Amino acid sequence: MITTVHLQREPFDAAYEVAAMTRGRSDIGAVVTFTGICRAEENGEPIAALNLEHYPEMAEAEIARHVEAAQARWPLVGVTVIHRYGRITPGDGIVLVVAASSHREAAFAAAEFLMDYLKTRAPFWKQVEKTDGKAGGKFWVEAKSADDTAAERWTSS
Amino acid sequence: MKVRYFAWVRERVGKSEEEIDPPAAVATVGELVTWLAQRGEGYAYAFENPKVVRSAIDKKHVHADARIEGASEIAFFPPMTGG
Repeated sequence: MITTVHLQREPFDAAYEVAAMTRGRSDIGAVVTFTGICRAEENGEPIAALNLEHYPEMAEAEIARHVEAAQARWPLVGVTVIHRYGRITPGDGIVLVVAASSHREAAFAAAEFLMDYLKTRAPFWKQVEKTDGKAGGKFWVEAKSADDTAAERWTSS
Repeated sequence: MKVRYFAWVRERVGKSEEEIDPPAAVATVGELVTWLAQRGEGYAYAFENPKVVRSAIDKKHVHADARIEGASEIAFFPPMTGG
């Protein structure tokens, strides 16, 4: 399996990543991509940007562990995970997951599994920069229990 | 051992990392949190609700009962909000 994991400040191009994974191969029958994008609001309030903090060494190790778990669970031929850090403005991508397999079931399931775990286990933290820009114009996004529930279903089945 | 803090835990403690030398009686992550919380106002604020703060030993998630002996890097941070 071809695994690509990048933690980067720069934007990514989902189409480029899919092309890079599938180029010259004839064993891939299904590619699922998920792109998480920065919205222009959080809790109904307009925002200027998200600032993503991360724990680089652990994020790499944690993502690698979950890619391995996905690989053990489904017959994957390729996985790409890109997670950005730093300042991200509305409309820009935050995270990209690409999962490739010979059939769609594995690709869909692995992409969803990886996203659920990235949300709850990968050491990244989002801080909102509000549009007014005044002192106190920043706050940390709170973790959602719905994300924990989404991740737990992979262990209960 | 080295301790690292992230997100609002880092902001409240007032530093991103430090070297610490806790007494031998401090054996678990939970006990380390109690010991750290006594080091000052910022620490007390960061660990005011210990159940909320997550921890990792040498880049792996652990619970409060994990033993810290032999650890080279312990990290404390809020629940994760990536993805």
